[in-house]
Amino acid sequence: MSTEYWRWKEYNWKDPESDWQQASVISAGVDVGSVSSQAVVMTDGELFAYSNMRTGSDSPESAENAMKWALEDTGMTLGDINYVVGTGYGRVNVPFADRAITEIACHGRGANYMYGPTVRTILDMGGQDCKAILVDERGKVQEFLMNDKCAAGTGRGMEVFADLLEISIEEIGDLSFDIDEEPEPVSSTCVIFAKSEATGLLRQGWPKNDVLAAYCSAMSDRVFALLERVGVQEDFAITGGIAKNAGVVRRLTKVMGVDALEPKHDTQIAGALGGALFAKALAEKEGKVRS
Amino acid sequence: MRANYGYQDGSGAFFITIDSNLCTSCEDCVTICPSGVLEMITDDYDDVTAAVTEEHRKKIKYSCAECKPMELQPPLPCITACEPGAIEHSW
Repeated sequence: MSTEYWRWKEYNWKDPESDWQQASVISAGVDVGSVSSQAVVMTDGELFAYSNMRTGSDSPESAENAMKWALEDTGMTLGDINYVVGTGYGRVNVPFADRAITEIACHGRGANYMYGPTVRTILDMGGQDCKAILVDERGKVQEFLMNDKCAAGTGRGMEVFADLLEISIEEIGDLSFDIDEEPEPVSSTCVIFAKSEATGLLRQGWPKNDVLAAYCSAMSDRVFALLERVGVQEDFAITGGIAKNAGVVRRLTKVMGVDALEPKHDTQIAGALGGALFAKALAEKEGKVRS
Repeated sequence: MRANYGYQDGSGAFFITIDSNLCTSCEDCVTICPSGVLEMITDDYDDVTAAVTEEHRKKIKYSCAECKPMELQPPLPCITACEPGAIEHSW
């Protein structure tokens, strides 16, 4: 069997210290994205458990699997959760959700928790889209812009390059700096054309790392154009899977002239985390709390 | 909230921006648009506001073409109809 270079690590996490039985509100957010799904469970607004896995071909099943995995070995069941918010591409297909909220609002709220109230501009670099979001000190969205028409500047595009160059997706960022000189970016308008361009460069004898650098830099140019349209206000933070790719992040922050805040949690859970925070507020508003 | 609906691709940037803080939910833009591009929605913060329909978001350049002839472009009906000035076009 050939190696799946694109495959990123799927995992779950739980707070070993937390006694969830004492909590008065248990809320959850499930983010069914086009590439990855996450479930986040919070007890009284504090992170309790989460999972991060690949989305399957069936959205309701992906939502259920993500939730089941987040709750694994916690002693908690779905019935213990007071309120669930579904978000992401497949948000209307979360069978156990009490409400669906867009991933834009959820990323705003999630980033506010993850990075603190000073964050004003969020770039979510997801699996198949990319969003620039401006928020206030409470994480409420002031402006947003989403590009989901073209795969350039998305995680899936990076997965395609990992496979093409036979380099594990988690190593791409670091290896893209192992070069003699920063190359010109490849075409930034289309993943398919960028891939043909990269194949051509490999044929010309370009080292793999240089091709990676050219692609990371194209991706950074691409999302910079989106950010410029909404106007960047500091502090700036990145959510989604690409936030883990230093090859894109460092090139982007260099061209922006602004540093990105350091994440305190897995950046891929931002949407589901925001969903769980919305769920807590809605549970309290609707009186759905533990007796 | 300023919502930018549309896309940016190799041929340019095509966005309709709708500011829900300015929108009075009068629906005049929805009624006047000849291509059915706009609709009223209740957003995530429970504000009733105009928005670009899901159907048109990825082809807005073509959906709005009728109101944007190459020469002598008249004022856009949606922008003219919106008294508080909540709607902008990027192209």
